[in-house]
Amino acid sequence: MKSTIRRVATGAALMGMVALSAACSTGPDNEDPATGESASQGTQAITLTSNAIVGGKNAAEAEWIDEWLIPEFTKMQKDKGVDASVKFEPQGVDDEDYKTKVALDLSSGKGSDVISLDGIWIGEFAQADYIKPLDEVTDMAADWDGWSQIPDAVQGAASFEDQRYGIPQGSDGRVIYYNKTLFEEAGLPSDWQPTSWDEILDAGRALKKIDGVVPIQLNAGTAMGEATSMQGLLPMLMGTGQRLWEDGKWAGETQGLTDVLNLYKTIYVDEGLGDPILQQEAAGRDTSFSEFAAGNIAILLEGDYFWRSVINPAEGVGTAPMEDRDEVVGYAKIPSMTAGSGIEGQDFVSMSGGAARVLNPNSENADLAWELLAFMNSPEAFEARAAGTLSISPRDDVNEELLKSDPMLTFVSEEVLPVTAYRPGLAEYPEVSLSLQQATLDVVSGTSVEEASKKYADDLGGIVGADAVMSN
Amino acid sequence: MSTLTESPPVTRTRHRRRADDVAGLGARRAIAFVGPALLVIALFLLFPAIWTVYLGLTNYRLTGLAAANTSFVGLENYASAFTDPSFWNSLRLTVVFVGASGVLGQTLLGFTLAWSLRRVTGWARSTLEALVLAAWVIPGSVHAFLWIALLDRRGGTLNTILNTPGKAWLIDNPMTVIVLFNIWVGTAFSMQLFSSALSAVPPSQLESARMAGAAGWQQLRDVVIPNIRGHILTNTLMITLWTFNTFTPYLLTAGGPNGKTEILSVYIYQTAIPGGQLGFGAALSMIMLIINLFIALMYMRVGRSKK
Repeated sequence: MKSTIRRVATGAALMGMVALSAACSTGPDNEDPATGESASQGTQAITLTSNAIVGGKNAAEAEWIDEWLIPEFTKMQKDKGVDASVKFEPQGVDDEDYKTKVALDLSSGKGSDVISLDGIWIGEFAQADYIKPLDEVTDMAADWDGWSQIPDAVQGAASFEDQRYGIPQGSDGRVIYYNKTLFEEAGLPSDWQPTSWDEILDAGRALKKIDGVVPIQLNAGTAMGEATSMQGLLPMLMGTGQRLWEDGKWAGETQGLTDVLNLYKTIYVDEGLGDPILQQEAAGRDTSFSEFAAGNIAILLEGDYFWRSVINPAEGVGTAPMEDRDEVVGYAKIPSMTAGSGIEGQDFVSMSGGAARVLNPNSENADLAWELLAFMNSPEAFEARAAGTLSISPRDDVNEELLKSDPMLTFVSEEVLPVTAYRPGLAEYPEVSLSLQQATLDVVSGTSVEEASKKYADDLGGIVGADAVMSN
Repeated sequence: MSTLTESPPVTRTRHRRRADDVAGLGARRAIAFVGPALLVIALFLLFPAIWTVYLGLTNYRLTGLAAANTSFVGLENYASAFTDPSFWNSLRLTVVFVGASGVLGQTLLGFTLAWSLRRVTGWARSTLEALVLAAWVIPGSVHAFLWIALLDRRGGTLNTILNTPGKAWLIDNPMTVIVLFNIWVGTAFSMQLFSSALSAVPPSQLESARMAGAAGWQQLRDVVIPNIRGHILTNTLMITLWTFNTFTPYLLTAGGPNGKTEILSVYIYQTAIPGGQLGFGAALSMIMLIINLFIALMYMRVGRSKK
């Protein structure tokens, strides 16, 4: 009998591990310098986190924080007689993993004082009480002079139910990138602006004749995460005139969705104009970047992030730098399915999102954290930031000053932002987005369009409730 | 490792009458000795397990409304698990994975290695043991990195050797890859366990068998296997549970492509952490726990009936 007990004990110990791994999901594995001893000695310590790391993802932002922001801010505080200590906690992982980490930090009452979030996560984080309206965290937020420089539409990216939760970090837009060298080789114009999906497909067919070249990369699948929705399915859906959310209802099995999934089918299954395996690889998105940079992918749909932070040849900035970026890479607006078929009868469409920085409601030095956040969004901070890589800032005064110097961002700001669309800022969106990604994955890996869109509509009903789904 | 090799003597002495208080501590002091250990077990094993049971009955989520206002949903999570095709798919994949890589692969390969090495000594044996053990000693994340470098679609070692550029092994044959991967990782354990078990087989019995004219496989069947049955059971139990709970394949395939390698541990992780459905994930963990218990009890029953 004893040996039985022993075996049970062994078994139980092993199983305990499973239970542990499941239940201890909130185990904090980050030390929290914000609550360190130094705080009691008159030093006010705060931390900030962002999905940026020197030598990796968003390197320019990380360098700006380390080399400009922290020294300048501590100096400024010192002049006021405040002994402030700021620590940057860098991350350099996929956006989904970053979101999970931040959510776990906040759910256990920890986390940095100033946190970068994708604007689209604000809703679900606010509903979970992980973040609070700025005015509840600090009295100083309401009087900030920067608000007048940030348009309401941009402020919306960091708001939920008409309350500001953070400061938006700017806007972005999606375009079509293409490799001019490959276009010339295929006999296509190097100054290219397609006006319908068919023109993209025709270019793809011409490019397919070049040996070893993947003509089109239109993100698909769940491994690419939100990049599939933002750069792939959603701009195409806008091009059919179908919004994802309208008048309180989510688009289910609509004609627009069928058209988009058929486009995926044409590219990946029927005509082999894209690489279906790449869409399923665990690191597919990064690979698509390096393949484009190596001249193996001819057409790629991405945000301006790709231009700024991926193929940027400036030293230590791009993760897949292209020395001859400015000569070889062209960019064009994303066309609607056919001329005028987009939302609002538009010929061209895009999608925009944007990051936001929020304050941790658990912060012990919330006022100082706010001062840091406000300082990060001052005109001089954006100017210093632009020295690394320029991006479209949330501030009108800064944009007017800085964007002139960069033709690509001027293009996004002047041509793309006027036709862009935003994701519904609802807490259900991330889950809906995941089912959309799954629908593209199903099509790319061989499921029929009818089946994939039906499965999506079923999932959608489960997420938002059957009454909130519209179809035609 | 030493406690494992000692296990047969323990089973043999279990019928012998034991003294009531061998150590002479008395009940109170004995409790004082085990108290701290029991407390730690209660805190880190029992409490999380009970907490998991509770979480599994709620709609708790990582973000959104249900994170702030978690409500009790009874057995709803279990009902949706049992009607969820991805759960059944994942369970099926797990059975295939455990059967092929654990029970068959690791046990057979481990035994074969131990059996063929039983008379090899010296440097040949040390080298081979070192190689097999290396796979067991290296951390999982390093394993995964090595295998990704081996199987990578662009410039992977295997594609270079076979001259098959562009073959995506991890996408085309994901299940085969993680099965082979797990066999490679875990065979050392079986090999070591069987090596020591084989050295405990009485040589006199083997000699008698040989003199009676028993062929190699007859010796194996009639002398060796009956002698090491206890080891086989222990080995299979451990390996089944380990393989059932292992998470390392996630590092290779992340459950993909399209859920083709989404074994139960990966499915739970995907649901609970990136998917944010912590309540549902806890319910799935509970189901996994019960399956584990069932496996353990089944093996113990088999072990007892053979005695």
